[in-house]
Amino acid sequence: MAKVQGAVVVNIEECKGCGLCVVACPHDVLQLNKEVNSKGYHYSYMANPNACVGCAHCGVVCPDTCITVYRAKV
Amino acid sequence: MGELKLMKGNEVLAEAAIRCGCDGYFGYPITPQSEVMETLMARQPWNETGMVVLQAESEVASINMVYGGAGAGKKVMTSSSSPGISLMAEGISYIAGSELPCLIVNVQRGGPGLGTIQPSQADYFQAVKGGGHGDYKLIVLAPASVQEMNDFVDLSFELAFKYRNPAMILTDGALGQMMEKVELADFKPRWTDEEIEEKSGSWATTGKPSSRKKNIVTSLEMDSNIMEANNHRFQEKYKKMEEDEVRYELFHCDDADFIIVAYGSSSRICQKSVEIARSKGLKVGLLRPITLFPFPNKIIAELARKAKGFLSVEMSSGQMVEDIKLAVYEAGRNTRVNHFGRTGGIIHTPEEVVEALEDKFSWELNYGVKRSY
Amino acid sequence: MELKDLIKPENLVYGKTKILEDEPMHYCPGCSHGVVHKLLAELIGEMGLQEKTIGIAPVGCAVFAYKYLDIDWQEAAHGRAPAVATALIRLKPDNFVFTYQGDGDLASIGAAEIMHACNRGENILVIFINNGIYGMTGGQMAPTTIEGMVTSTTPGGRNVDLNGYPMKITNLIAQLPGTSYVTRQAVHTASAARKCKRSIKKAIENVLDKKGTSFVEVVSTCNSGWKMTPVGANTWMEDNMIPYYPLGDLKDSVKGENSSEN
Repeated sequence: MAKVQGAVVVNIEECKGCGLCVVACPHDVLQLNKEVNSKGYHYSYMANPNACVGCAHCGVVCPDTCITVYRAKV
Repeated sequence: MGELKLMKGNEVLAEAAIRCGCDGYFGYPITPQSEVMETLMARQPWNETGMVVLQAESEVASINMVYGGAGAGKKVMTSSSSPGISLMAEGISYIAGSELPCLIVNVQRGGPGLGTIQPSQADYFQAVKGGGHGDYKLIVLAPASVQEMNDFVDLSFELAFKYRNPAMILTDGALGQMMEKVELADFKPRWTDEEIEEKSGSWATTGKPSSRKKNIVTSLEMDSNIMEANNHRFQEKYKKMEEDEVRYELFHCDDADFIIVAYGSSSRICQKSVEIARSKGLKVGLLRPITLFPFPNKIIAELARKAKGFLSVEMSSGQMVEDIKLAVYEAGRNTRVNHFGRTGGIIHTPEEVVEALEDKFSWELNYGVKRSY
Repeated sequence: MELKDLIKPENLVYGKTKILEDEPMHYCPGCSHGVVHKLLAELIGEMGLQEKTIGIAPVGCAVFAYKYLDIDWQEAAHGRAPAVATALIRLKPDNFVFTYQGDGDLASIGAAEIMHACNRGENILVIFINNGIYGMTGGQMAPTTIEGMVTSTTPGGRNVDLNGYPMKITNLIAQLPGTSYVTRQAVHTASAARKCKRSIKKAIENVLDKKGTSFVEVVSTCNSGWKMTPVGANTWMEDNMIPYYPLGDLKDSVKGENSSEN
């Protein structure tokens, strides 16, 4: 059975660290980074990239449209 | 010669709007101007020219409909009477702040408050000094006949689009209800979006094609420096109006010792007052401002060189009189400026005006020289 | 598969629509406005409506909505967007006109304008963001603030004896014969947001088909005003707002045909 692999790209500077994507992710892929961006926000990142299936839930709930999602069969 | 008709001032406003290619009228009933919308609804111009006519839920809604239509580059107007204009004040300020062209007609009635339904000229300050919040001016035209009620509709739109600024016809219940002979203008076609763009540039919200940037109609600016620059631009525009758009009429002013200054209905009565005064041997003339903003300062300065006094005759407790005083002061003269007017919906008689002139300028009449303050 | 092999245009499944400007939004982190802006922008792009659309921005937090969508906009006086939109759609019936209003703008100061525009059945879309609070001015009570909810002008919680009852204005709107499609949605989860997008799409189609006014309420959060975290605000909304403002279609009809379900 083909496995689906996804990837989330966060525009770090536009992320406001609201964390909505973190709870929206059904596979616990995303976390807020300990590091901050230039505005001081703990931006979102893929803490667990291998679990991502590219469902784009994170992108849909992101109020700042700073998430781009890719998906491919592997 | 155009079509001649016997019509009410209010009816003529409606007819002139249809004929000059007005795109939309939005209004709310109020005495003494309800015939404007009634005439439009009876005429059904949407069948003839495509003009939209809509009875709004309030004056507040009317003026914001005008904002919306004007923001799309359309020739739109509303009409109301004094209390209704007060309700529109916020919207008018937005229209001025967003630099949109439109026409607002105020068929004045007596105030303050609910006041009376009889004619008045007590909204002069509201019309020429802004009325709403912020530093802005309206182009204010004051017709004195049903014919001018007709002519000033098209003129108002012309000036409004020339300056991208709201224009107001400041008239009153007497002129609105009065029937006179009027020569109607010929029909002009309504402008297309392309013609509007050709005439005044691409600023209207018509839907954004890929060929241009988006257009935004707003009066909001959070950057104080830009907001101040906007204000400077507005003031430049008002200054240009003061240079180029002043309109007035003189009647027997060449040899006049005393100048009556009166506009609209009041000026018609004062013409008779001038005749009565002259039959008594008093050299009295009449200055009739046609534009109340821009105000005819220069001619007042000129007249102040010879005149012994100015009498502002308004159906108010004294509003335009302040602008006359300012014009005289700015000209470095000490010519005395007085006011006479009835209020509460009462129209002064020609005789009352002459009596007031004799009374208020008794010193000048007896001694013939100007006195200092 | 390596990430660099995955992150390629042909594998793109979700990204920013062209209609959204690159300008970062001024909204607080986690604000629902951003999601609703995005849904609208996506639909305007997907439905090919950019050249026809004129948006009306309100006074409130969304006052700068005109900065974020690449369409023509007018910024209306507080509460008057439906009047502005009325003139636009009457004068330009081939355009697509929508208003975007908050609860203070629509249900308080603009209550008359929204009622009458909907009652006339103006062919416009109304997006109504209901977060039960005045966000822009610092978190005061709105007409939709629910009972007991703390705001800066109801520090002890909304007391209905003192402040009146939270207004279900969408239910009132649904009773007006001029409206065609009236629905209440939310965007707090991906599935809610996707459903909300389908509702807005249907609303736009109704407007384009001249079926009357379409009205989409989005029950939203204002985590700054509510003094919560964005995630906490979503939870609070689910537990407290949605029971009072239940999600779903209130009316699906055509102007003049009264089939209100409430």
